[in-house]
Amino acid sequence: MNPILIALIVLGGIGLLLALVLFFTAKSFKVEEDPRIGQVQEVLPGANCGGCGYPGCRGFAETCVKSESLEGLLCPVGGNEVMKKVGDILGMAAADAAPKVAVVRCQGSCEHRPKLTQFDGARTCAVAAALYGGETGCSYGCLGMGDCVEACTFGALSVNPETGLPEVDEEKCTSCGACVKACPKGLIELRNKGPKSRRIYVSCRNKDKGPAAKKACEVACIGCGKCQKVCTFDAITMEANLAYIDHNKCRMCRKCVEECPQGSIIELNFPPRKPKAETPATPATPETTATPASPVAEAPTAE
Amino acid sequence: MRTFRMGGIHPPECKLGAGKPISVMPLPKQGCVLLSQHIGAPAQPVVERGAMVKTGQLLAKAGGFVSANIHSPFTGKVAKIADVVDASGYPKPAIFIDVQDDEWEEGIDLTETLVRECKLEPKEIVQKIADAGIVGMGGACFPTQVKLTPPPGKVADILIINGVECEPYLTADHRLMVEKAQEIVVGIRLLMKALNVKKAVIGIESNKPDAIEILSHQTIPYPEIEVMPLQMHYPQGGEKQLIDAVTRRQVKSGGLPVDVGAVVQNVGTVYAVYEAVQKNKPLIERVVSVTGKSLKQPVNVKARIGTPISSLIDAAGGLPENGAKVISGGPMMGKALANIDAPVAKGTSGVLIIDEAEALRRPVSDCIRCAKCVDACPMGLEPYLLSALSERQLWDRTEKENIMDCIECGCCTFTCPANRPLLDYIRIGKGKTGALIRARKAK
Repeated sequence: MNPILIALIVLGGIGLLLALVLFFTAKSFKVEEDPRIGQVQEVLPGANCGGCGYPGCRGFAETCVKSESLEGLLCPVGGNEVMKKVGDILGMAAADAAPKVAVVRCQGSCEHRPKLTQFDGARTCAVAAALYGGETGCSYGCLGMGDCVEACTFGALSVNPETGLPEVDEEKCTSCGACVKACPKGLIELRNKGPKSRRIYVSCRNKDKGPAAKKACEVACIGCGKCQKVCTFDAITMEANLAYIDHNKCRMCRKCVEECPQGSIIELNFPPRKPKAETPATPATPETTATPASPVAEAPTAE
Repeated sequence: MRTFRMGGIHPPECKLGAGKPISVMPLPKQGCVLLSQHIGAPAQPVVERGAMVKTGQLLAKAGGFVSANIHSPFTGKVAKIADVVDASGYPKPAIFIDVQDDEWEEGIDLTETLVRECKLEPKEIVQKIADAGIVGMGGACFPTQVKLTPPPGKVADILIINGVECEPYLTADHRLMVEKAQEIVVGIRLLMKALNVKKAVIGIESNKPDAIEILSHQTIPYPEIEVMPLQMHYPQGGEKQLIDAVTRRQVKSGGLPVDVGAVVQNVGTVYAVYEAVQKNKPLIERVVSVTGKSLKQPVNVKARIGTPISSLIDAAGGLPENGAKVISGGPMMGKALANIDAPVAKGTSGVLIIDEAEALRRPVSDCIRCAKCVDACPMGLEPYLLSALSERQLWDRTEKENIMDCIECGCCTFTCPANRPLLDYIRIGKGKTGALIRARKAK
């Protein structure tokens, strides 16, 4: 017989046999997968930031498909838009969550908070915080070595060389929460972005008593409680000499900002105040209706 | 001469205060006694604001099994129980006492007479040690009664007394051995009785010939106590290193010294045990070396717990003009103080002043994997790797590389030719890995 023919028959036979083995193995070991997982993953941003609390976008997609409703599931990067798409694929209503943004709750810049010591170890906040309270008298404040900047995969954080404090770029921040975990002092919080990006928050975490806090930092919250008294919406709580504004209750009247003797409460992106009178009532009502409805924005108009 | 077999370094000794006898510090106007001076749960205060306390009176009770009592080092009025900024710059709860007088609690023997006899049962000795709030005074501050109560099924057969003082500069233990040798020998016999061991070895590095001589002389009547001169080698004062040097037994990774039948106690602790058991005196004062090249007169002082560290520096001639860094402890393992008014605690073995020329770290360059740190590590770890893994937050791998075995001696950072802050990162990794392991165990 022709050796070429023999070779063809033998190799062809082996090939056929192995193909059959592969065919049956593939059949019997086939993993049934919901095709929707792939579809959901496709609409997710693909940043794999873990901001949703699941291991990457695929993990989140699997969870979405498995769960009965989308309650409590949110891709912070994609926001409501992406969650709506996910809901369409799965035939469920996506919960409407207020968009959030990271805020750094410390104003202890070099001029406000004099340095008492000099840190000489490895330049990371984690190392410094484990060793001691920090270079200033405030052991709650920002260490300024930028662990949060390092943690941010979206480039939304940067340390301002003048103040030595990190600043958040609202456009880039996706509220994934990586910086919140990275900050050893727990200074960064995800707060409601607010209508037209307007926000009010206490920019301090100092839990020392008034005199000690004031001595360490000019703009520290001294826990006087004036803001709590002036707040008509019960949004401000005092705990361990420190005020906190609940962003779900706050209606942006800005009374507390005026009241704070230390300037610890910050208002962001508000138009400049009109001189006296009529100001606090309803900030810019006509425009708020135009922006996508968020619970905070609706509240003042309803009143 | 013997020493431990793995790693280690030999930093310059700089024992400036070796010839300075122990002097007694005057009482401060206000004392501040921290509630957490030991490893474990903080003590719970038993006095209230405004109460009058006598020296030696119980201020706070141990807050758990691994915890220690705290007694009043002063006579006076409790001014407040509030947070104080401690040596690390963090607020910590403390009891403030306005010092008025020095009237001791009844039953405390203040005479210098040596009491050799002890008729107490082993259990009673341990109880007395626990009552007196004694902790490991080498710096780790582990409650002593816990060390003297081995877990069930484990038996100690040798007591090792740590008179190594391998940290450069520090001389507190050295002076104590020279001046209180008789008391230390009695203390060793008490501990041997409490542990029911037949053999004790006092390990002393050979740079303290006077201490070796005096203790050898004092132990002649007791053949069961041996004084063993050891070669100078840092960190010989580490528990596991000392056991290896003295007995050639090695404690396994994650194990306790008692697994190999050894219990290690510092000489300072032994002296405190003598005072507690024979003189009823709780742990309210300790010897502190105040030292540094730029200090006018390095001294060894006996200071009450709660005395501000700044007043100790004044006793040594005041903070020198070129003093840039104040360290609590020795140069290798001590911590720089963020606040020099922080009080002396049970574990404050030294106060070291570093001048400007030596204070700052040198510029860091890249790791070239020269493995000097691996050679220097007394625990047989790979510091360059642990540091890199910690920097990248790979906690599962740090655990596999046995980061929890690190004793934070600083040999790696000392020896690194690139001046890398290896230990800084390893400490972080240790903290995180330890937390993860504890969380897993709790599940």
